[in-house]
Amino acid sequence: MAQDGNSGTELAAADSSDHGHGTELAVGTAVVATDAVPNPGFPPHRPRVTDLDPKKEKRAERTVYTLFYLSAAGSIWAIAAYMMFPIEPENLNSVRANNLFIGLGLALALLALGIGAVHWGKALMHDQEGIDMRHPTRGSESTRDRAVEVFAEANEESGFGRRSLIRNSLIGALIAFPLPAVVLFRGLAPEGPEANPVRLLEHTMWKKGDRLARDPSGVPIKAVDVTIGSVFHVIPEELANLGHSEGYLEEKAKAIVLLMRLKPEDLVEDEDKKDWSYDGIVAYSKVCTHVGCPVALYEQQTHHLLCPCHQSQFDVTNHCAVIFGPAARPLPQLPIAVDDEGYLVAQSDFLEPVGPSFWERH
Amino acid sequence: MSTVTAPADTTKAPAKKSGGFTAAASNYLDERTSISAAVKEFGRKIFPDHWSFLLGEVALYSFVIILLSGTFLTFFFQASMAEVHYEGSYIPLKGVEMSAAMASTLDISFDIRGGLLMRQVHHWAALLFVASIGLHMLRVFFTGAFRKPRELNWVIGFVLFILAMAEGFTGYSLPDDLLSGNGLRIIDGMVKGIPVIGTWTSYLLFGGEFPGTEIVGRLYSLHILLLPAMVLAFIALHLLFVVVHKHTQYAGPGHTEQNVVGYPVLPVYAAKAGGFFFIVFGVVMLIASLFTINPIWNYGPYDPSPVSAGTQPDWYIGFADGGLRLAPSNLDLVLFNHTFSFGILLPLAVIGIFIVAVMFYPFLEAWITGDKREHHILDRPRNAATRTAIGAAGVTFYAVLWAAASSDIIATHFSVTMEGVIRTLQVLLFVGPVIAYFVTKRICLGLQKKDREIALHGYESGRIVRLPGGEYIEVHEPVSDYERWKLASHEEYKPLMIRPNSRGKITVAQKVRAGLSRWFFEDRISPVTRTEIESSHGDHH
Ligand code: FES
Repeated sequence: MAQDGNSGTELAAADSSDHGHGTELAVGTAVVATDAVPNPGFPPHRPRVTDLDPKKEKRAERTVYTLFYLSAAGSIWAIAAYMMFPIEPENLNSVRANNLFIGLGLALALLALGIGAVHWGKALMHDQEGIDMRHPTRGSESTRDRAVEVFAEANEESGFGRRSLIRNSLIGALIAFPLPAVVLFRGLAPEGPEANPVRLLEHTMWKKGDRLARDPSGVPIKAVDVTIGSVFHVIPEELANLGHSEGYLEEKAKAIVLLMRLKPEDLVEDEDKKDWSYDGIVAYSKVCTHVGCPVALYEQQTHHLLCPCHQSQFDVTNHCAVIFGPAARPLPQLPIAVDDEGYLVAQSDFLEPVGPSFWERH
Repeated sequence: MSTVTAPADTTKAPAKKSGGFTAAASNYLDERTSISAAVKEFGRKIFPDHWSFLLGEVALYSFVIILLSGTFLTFFFQASMAEVHYEGSYIPLKGVEMSAAMASTLDISFDIRGGLLMRQVHHWAALLFVASIGLHMLRVFFTGAFRKPRELNWVIGFVLFILAMAEGFTGYSLPDDLLSGNGLRIIDGMVKGIPVIGTWTSYLLFGGEFPGTEIVGRLYSLHILLLPAMVLAFIALHLLFVVVHKHTQYAGPGHTEQNVVGYPVLPVYAAKAGGFFFIVFGVVMLIASLFTINPIWNYGPYDPSPVSAGTQPDWYIGFADGGLRLAPSNLDLVLFNHTFSFGILLPLAVIGIFIVAVMFYPFLEAWITGDKREHHILDRPRNAATRTAIGAAGVTFYAVLWAAASSDIIATHFSVTMEGVIRTLQVLLFVGPVIAYFVTKRICLGLQKKDREIALHGYESGRIVRLPGGEYIEVHEPVSDYERWKLASHEEYKPLMIRPNSRGKITVAQKVRAGLSRWFFEDRISPVTRTEIESSHGDHH
C-alpha cells in the first residue's frame, strides 16, 4: 500500500475513534478492549513478476491477446458449426453433433474471452490496492433533522395529521381498492352450479357395470385372465374412447386402478367388504392417498404396493392399509364383480374420494 | 472517496484538447445525462478481492445467462396444453398425442439448430443459479456479513433464494412431460392438504380438475414475467445496498471498520468481474454441450398412470421432497367433519419454521448481543463459535432432508431396507443437528486456542533443540505483526448480566435474552492482548 501516503494517518485516526463515527453506539455485550493488539498497518507492496521482468510482462501481454484472438476464433467456429452440422430430420446423431460443435465453439469463445480479461487484470493492470473510506450508513444529524422537518412541513401543509376524517377515509379507501382484484381471480376456474371442486373430487367415472380394461389400450379384462400373482393397470373401458379435449387426463387421474389376484386365503377381508372382491381378485385405486402419485409398484411376494414418490407402502392383503411411509389412509377399494360374459366389472363407483386428503373430506 | 493514485505515466496529458470521436461522444452524452458525475462517483469505487466474494457474482451471472437463453427459448416454446399429434423429428414419439407445450419443447430439442444447446444452457444455469445463491448465503452467514447494517440485505437475499426456487419449479413444469406432470401432481396434493382453502386453491390454480388445460400457460406467465421481474427488482435492491454499505472485507493488516481495501472498479475490478462473467458463461456452455439434462423425450408426455422409480426432482426441491418422505404414516385427523392432513402439514410446518428461522437469524443475533455498531470486517467462522455451530446444525438439518429425497436410491445403492433408511434419517433429522452443533463448537474453540498459541508463541517449527541446561524444547517460528493481526484482531462478547430495568423489574424478555446470551458466549476464548504479547516476548524460545 506504498502509494497511499496518507493511509497511515487515516488509519491512526480511524483506530482512535473506533466504530464511533461521532455518535456513540451501544456496543451491547461486546468487550471493548483497551489492551488490544494494535493494527500494524498495510504491509509493504510486493511487486509481481510482470512488474519486475519485462520479458514476463511481454509474455503476459502475448497470452492475453492470443486468448482474445482465440475467443474470436471460437465464435467463428460456432457460426461455421451452425452451418456445417445441420439437423437432418429423424437423425439423432445430427442433433448431437449440432449441439456439441456449436456448444464447444461458444464455450471456447466465452472461456478464452473471460480468462483473457481476468489475466489482463491480474498480471498487467496496475495492481496496488486502493482504499475507500466508509461513512456511517445512518445519515448525518443535520440530514436526519432536515428529513424530520420535511415530514413535519408536509404534514403541516397537507393537514394529514389534523384532518383525521380525510386521513381515515383515505386509509379505508386504500384498503378497499385492492379487494376487487382478489375477487377477479374467481374466474380462474369454471363457474356455475356444476363447478364444485368437492363434488368433483368425490366421484370418479366408475359406475355400476363398467368393465375393467387395460391401461391404455382399453381392452376389457376377463376374470380368467387374471392369474394368481399378476397385476393389471386398469382404466374404465369407456375412458379409452374419451379424447383429450373431453377430459381424458382429468378422468384418468382419478379413475386409474390396480388389479391383483391373490390366493383367497391370503386376503383378510372385513365382513362388509367381503363381496367387493371376486375369487381373490381385488381392485384398488392407483392414486396414492399421500399426495397423489400413481402407486405403480407391486411386490408379489409380500403383497405390498409401493408408491415410488415418497415410498408409502400399502398391504393388499389387508385392504391396502398403510404399513409404511407418509400416506395417511388406505387406498380406496373398487368393489368388483363378473358379468355374464366373464368380464370384470365395477359394482359401483368408489365409496370414498380417491387420492390425497382435502379439507372437506370426511 | 478513493485515494487510489493512478500510475504516473497515465496522468501526464492534462485535458486533451477537444477532439477525437471519444471526447465528442462523451461530451454529447454528458451534456444530456450528467454521466460524468456517475463516473466520478463510481469509476474508482473500491471492491475488496477474495474468492468467496465471487459466489454472489456467480449467482448474478447465471441469472443473466438464464435471461439470455430463456429469451431465445420463448421464441419457440408454446405454452399451451392444446392436444397435438407430434410430427417432429424424434421417431419414437411420432404420432403420439401430447400437449403443444411438450411438442414445441421437442421441436426446440430436435428440429431447431442450437435449440437443444440453449435448453441445456438454460437448465444448467438454473441449477447453478440456485446453488450459487445457496453457497453465497453460507459465506455470508458464516462470516457474519449479515450484521448491522446488512440485516435487511440478508432478508432481500433470502427472498431471492426463494424466488429462484420458484423460478426453477415453474420452469421445470413447463414442458408438460411425465416427470414435470408428476411434480405438479405432488404440488396439487400438497395444496389440497392445506386447511380451509386448499381444495379451492388447487381448483383455481389448475382451472378446474387436475391436470386441466390451464396450468402450463399460467406457470408460463409466472415464469417469464412476474417472477423474473421480482428477481430483477430484488437484485437491484440487493446491489443498491451493496453500494450504500460498501463491501465487507476480511480482517487484515491495514483493514479497519472505517475503510475498504481493494481494487477500483475501473480498470481492475471491471476486468476481473467482466472476465469472470464470461468464464461462468463459458463453463455453463461447456457443460451444456457435453452433458444432457432433463431428456424429456425419454419420459414422454404426461399421463397420470405411469411413473418410474428413482426419478429425482431438480436438486433444490430435494429438501422439500425429503421432508414429505420423512413424515410418519396415518396422520390424517378428521375433526368436525373436516380433514386435517397432518401428513402434509407437519413437514410443511417443520420446513416453514426452518425457513423463517434462517430468514430472521440476523435480528435474533443482534438482539442477543445488543451490539448496535456497524460491522464491516468479517468474522473468521471460528471466532464466532456459537454462530458457526448453529450454521453447521442448520446445514445438517437441510442435508438430512435432502438425503431423504434420495432414500430409495440410498436403499438400493447400499442394499439396505427402505424402512431402515427412513427411520435412520428421521432420527438424524433431530439428532444430527445437535451433534453437528457440539462438534463444530468444540472444533471452533480448539482452533481459537491454537490461533492464540500461534499469536503468542509463533508456529511450531518441528525443530527440537537441547538447551544448555539439558532441557529439550521445540523451536517456535515467530509470526509477523501482519499475520498476528489476522489472528488477534477479533472482538469478544461476554454473556449479558441480568439487571433490573429503570422500574426495578426484571422482565421476561430480559431473562430470555440473558439465557440466550449465556448460551452464545459462555464458552469463549479471549483474543490475545498487547500485554500478553509483550510479556510473551520475554519467554521466546
Ligand atoms: S404420493 Fe405416494 S407416497 Fe407420496
